[in-house]
Amino acid sequence: MKNAVKRKLIQIAAFGFTNSHIGNFAGGKLYTGKWKQFCNPGLNCYSCPAATLACPIGAMQAVAGSIQYHFSFYVVGFLLAVGVLFGRLICGWICPFGLVQELFYKIPSRKFRLPKWFTYIKYGILAVFVIVLPIAATNYMGMGKPAFCQYICPSGTLFGGIAMTATHPELRATTGLLFALKMGILLVTIAACVFIFRFFCKTLCPLGAIYGLLNKISVYHLEVDKNACIQCGQCAHTCKMDVDPVAAPNSAECIRCGACAAVCPKRAIRLGFRSETSTAAQNKPSAEKP
Amino acid sequence: MTMQRLKCKKRILFQGAALLLSALMLAYGISRGELETVWNKAVNICLECIGLG
Repeated sequence: MKNAVKRKLIQIAAFGFTNSHIGNFAGGKLYTGKWKQFCNPGLNCYSCPAATLACPIGAMQAVAGSIQYHFSFYVVGFLLAVGVLFGRLICGWICPFGLVQELFYKIPSRKFRLPKWFTYIKYGILAVFVIVLPIAATNYMGMGKPAFCQYICPSGTLFGGIAMTATHPELRATTGLLFALKMGILLVTIAACVFIFRFFCKTLCPLGAIYGLLNKISVYHLEVDKNACIQCGQCAHTCKMDVDPVAAPNSAECIRCGACAAVCPKRAIRLGFRSETSTAAQNKPSAEKP
Repeated sequence: MTMQRLKCKKRILFQGAALLLSALMLAYGISRGELETVWNKAVNICLECIGLG
């Protein structure tokens, strides 16, 4: 099976598993079972009626902004474990909002690439909206609000906001400037995703920022056989995340989609958990002896 | 090759240390009841998340 087809099937399966309570859309109810205490590795709003798991970014802010705690060891430990094992493989293969963005990108139109500096915005959003504001901007009881969810997250507006306001007249009656702002961000994000591959992942996603930083040391990684590589540049040209796999195999932007490995004429690029470098080094101990 | 092997060893060391740290954080977080906080937030409509809060 072709890598692109396999990836799409896994993305759809992951989307289906993490949003399996479709029947809840009719009454605008939320799933309230025990699975909701566990985090989804990808970005998926827990206020979506179909959601099975908790959004890790929402959960991190909820715990940090609660009265009892100011830091979530559970969510940070979870993200660290997932990030060290898989890196941004999660973004490329599992994230529900990643799949949605890729579907919008399929709309025929002229496609554009973003300047590199846009990719740094997500680190600022992670620091300010996910880490600092929920802890620092508290009310008289010492409770903070999930600032990223409140002011930015288009996934929450799409999966939770639209469904909930459509099914609850009392919620619809309370919509105001904030809802308009979030709808605006959602519309801009969707429009941008038609022209730019995974615009949200590249520029705004704090979860992508965390996994991106861990891409550098993740067990699942990308390797380039420099001896086999003929520097044709096809991999860099194919990459929709604007990464040059030869120059930066473990770039924070690489979502491990495998498009570069599929297009390499010399099969010099491989993705996996095992390191060929270490295997080769172990198999050839005499190679470095004088 | 020696440099590559060193780099690889360093990487594995980092990974091991990070995984150990994550396991400790997970265990501590769960032991102090963070799962319940997450569940409480996730099973109720999050007004902030949907743009009303």
